[in-house]
Amino acid sequence: MGSSLDVARWQFAITTVYHFLFVPVTIGMSAIVAWFHLRWVRTHRPEYLRLTKFFGKLFMINFALGLVTGIVQEFQFGMNWSDYSRFVGDIFGAPLAFEALLAFFLESTFLGVWIFGWGRIPERLHAASMWLVHLGTVLSGYFILAANSFMQNPVGYRFNPETGRAEMADFLAVLTNKVQLVTFPHVILSAYMVGGAVVMGVSLWLLRREAGTDDDRMYRHGVRVGAVVALVASLGVVVSGDLQGKIMTEVQPMKMAAAEALYDTTSHAPFSVLSVGPLDGSEATRIIAVPGLLSFLGTGDVNGTVEGINDLKGSERALAEKVVAQYGPQMAPLVLTDDYTPIVPVAYWTFRLMMGLGFLTMLLAALTLWATRGTRVPRARWWLLVAAVTPLLPVFANSFGWIFTEMGRQPWLVYGLMTTATGVSPSVSVAEVWVSMAVYTLLYAVLAVVEVKLFLTYVRRGAEPFVDPATPADAHEDAPLQFAY
Amino acid sequence: MDTLQLVWFALIGLLWAGYLVLEGFDFGVGALLPVLGAGEDAADTEKRRRVMLTTIGPHWDGNEVWLITAGGATFAAFPEWYATMFSAFYLPLLVLLVALIVRNMGFEYRHKRDDVTWRRRWDAAIIGGSIAAPLLVGVALTDIVRGLPIDRDLEYTGSLLTLLDPLGLLGGVTVVALSLTHGAFFLALKTTGTIREDARRLGTTLGAVTAVLAVVTLGWLGLLTGSAWSWATTVVAAVALLAAVAANARGREGWAFTGTAVTAAATVATYFLALFPDVMPTTLDGGRSLTIANASSSPMTLQIMTWAAAVFTPIVLLYTGYTYYAFRRRIGTQHIPEPVAVG
Repeated sequence: MGSSLDVARWQFAITTVYHFLFVPVTIGMSAIVAWFHLRWVRTHRPEYLRLTKFFGKLFMINFALGLVTGIVQEFQFGMNWSDYSRFVGDIFGAPLAFEALLAFFLESTFLGVWIFGWGRIPERLHAASMWLVHLGTVLSGYFILAANSFMQNPVGYRFNPETGRAEMADFLAVLTNKVQLVTFPHVILSAYMVGGAVVMGVSLWLLRREAGTDDDRMYRHGVRVGAVVALVASLGVVVSGDLQGKIMTEVQPMKMAAAEALYDTTSHAPFSVLSVGPLDGSEATRIIAVPGLLSFLGTGDVNGTVEGINDLKGSERALAEKVVAQYGPQMAPLVLTDDYTPIVPVAYWTFRLMMGLGFLTMLLAALTLWATRGTRVPRARWWLLVAAVTPLLPVFANSFGWIFTEMGRQPWLVYGLMTTATGVSPSVSVAEVWVSMAVYTLLYAVLAVVEVKLFLTYVRRGAEPFVDPATPADAHEDAPLQFAY
Repeated sequence: MDTLQLVWFALIGLLWAGYLVLEGFDFGVGALLPVLGAGEDAADTEKRRRVMLTTIGPHWDGNEVWLITAGGATFAAFPEWYATMFSAFYLPLLVLLVALIVRNMGFEYRHKRDDVTWRRRWDAAIIGGSIAAPLLVGVALTDIVRGLPIDRDLEYTGSLLTLLDPLGLLGGVTVVALSLTHGAFFLALKTTGTIREDARRLGTTLGAVTAVLAVVTLGWLGLLTGSAWSWATTVVAAVALLAAVAANARGREGWAFTGTAVTAAATVATYFLALFPDVMPTTLDGGRSLTIANASSSPMTLQIMTWAAAVFTPIVLLYTGYTYYAFRRRIGTQHIPEPVAVG
């Protein structure tokens, strides 16, 4: 059966990775749909309305799953991780409450306005409502990433020996955590990459099908908007990712050492692009390595010194012992453990998959822009594959990035303050966690199949023909609604 | 217990009240789909169901955020309460989550294909979810007020059966009945034609049943843990419900809906006043109750949260209010467009 700790961790991994397949699509596509809608209101050119409605539908099909799987996330901390919730709730709860109050209300309310607003509210307000949805998604991202950044690099707290928990000392410090300041742009820009890649891939597929017809121009526009968004965002992702690497080397050196499977402290450290073998430090296994690159990524200097896992084990233990010395022996069970090394192959490979898929997306977006310049249509059969794969690449890059971030932090739940093993709910039995995991997994699997089928059905259908939307003023009392469930 | 702790206890009560008032009616509309959605033939049935779903279409998602916010605010303001409550109600919460997931997916996906089997499946999801969710919310809230076996470490020591005892289940059924009544009055207020008349007729019956259930549940709880204040709100709930049924019988639809809204809010108020000053009383000898004082966050966290609530709650209420204004028009079967041409 395993321990409830293992099952709870698997459950968190499954539900969170699944949830985050839909989140970046929601963030990225809401901006692009809002952009098309704005263009429609400004120009009243039919193609913009058709693109707005077409991508709006695809957006909604995706949004539904992001929404419902998000509720699970908020409940899960209390259900499976009650000791974690008790220990850091004073700090961690606040961003979650802010997220609900500032972001979820905005997002949900104005999405309702947007979906049902056709012909029922003034057109400028209607277009603005999708921008407000987008603002909601970005705010939501800010607060939840502030909460995660606290786990990566706890700041703005003090330990209260009376209550035996971490308490808020400086909320501004929590919101401006240096990890947060690089993570937020990295994640939001990655989401724009995803949104751009989805719009590009779908439009590219339809452009090939409709090339030469009246719809050629519209889908070409979709391809180019999507590709430009993906390309520009990916440049930002690279820059913010580089900054993040340097901050991580500073605040969680073990994670970066694991990312390179670097066991011994090295100056002018190489970065291995690929390797074979067990990555346990027993043999040199790198097959492609760029000299000095790891030092540069971590420290900004090709000759910089990067600490290795073997040395960091000691410093992690010293960190834990310092916490015990500082806050008292009651902290010992929370921070002391046998081994402070994350699972190195997981960290090593997810880090490479994240970057590799990201760079591939960037390349395909650039290639697509080139291939669709002027009135060109990429005809070769392999372009079908580009259209189908491009939307998926940055989605999975996001997943691998998160798996790296979270697995690379282990065994810590809150870095330097609480190990994962001590956060789990003591009153919940293994059987209960198994039941909930089975239920989520089955339900999510079924919903995924339904979602993908529906999404593809709507893609194949393409944009609907243009119908000039009536304004609220000229609708008579019994006229049918332009949209109803 | 200091002032801010008290403020947050009240605010969390307010969030739960907002949740039952708002999502209460969309639960009711979803659950009444097979009853009020039944038309003369298949085509009429489909149109009636679409009318019903369209009345709540722009609102249900925002309504649900009240639950998320209640959860988030509990986490932030009373971490111990959040931790004990969510781990104690493990399996009921799982069922609640599944219920919310399938009904939300139903709202979003049902209309996306013109296919009878597809629609029938999502209808089942909407109906089942709209009954199961208020049932579990009612069970959980009632269990909390009645008390649960909580040990000295603030951990729950009971089982699933402890949660599903007669009083808890009665509380659940009461919340379902109240949601059905509230939903019927909402439909009477928001539709035209035969649905409106049917909703009014059904609302009176549902209201009478709800009144009996509510009196038994609130009376039982009152005798167990009631205070003078909780009895006062119990009376408010009962009077509002009876007034709602009377208003409905006279065709005063707005007042009928307002009446059940007050009933829902007063019911939550009764629960919270009966709880006070505990947030999760223990029934265990030698156990420890979670109280407003011992479950709360630090003063600083409460202060920050209070500022945020003071600034942003009015804004949220303002734009939420706008959506009810923007979509104020009544809807009838004549307003329902052709289904999307996707098989």
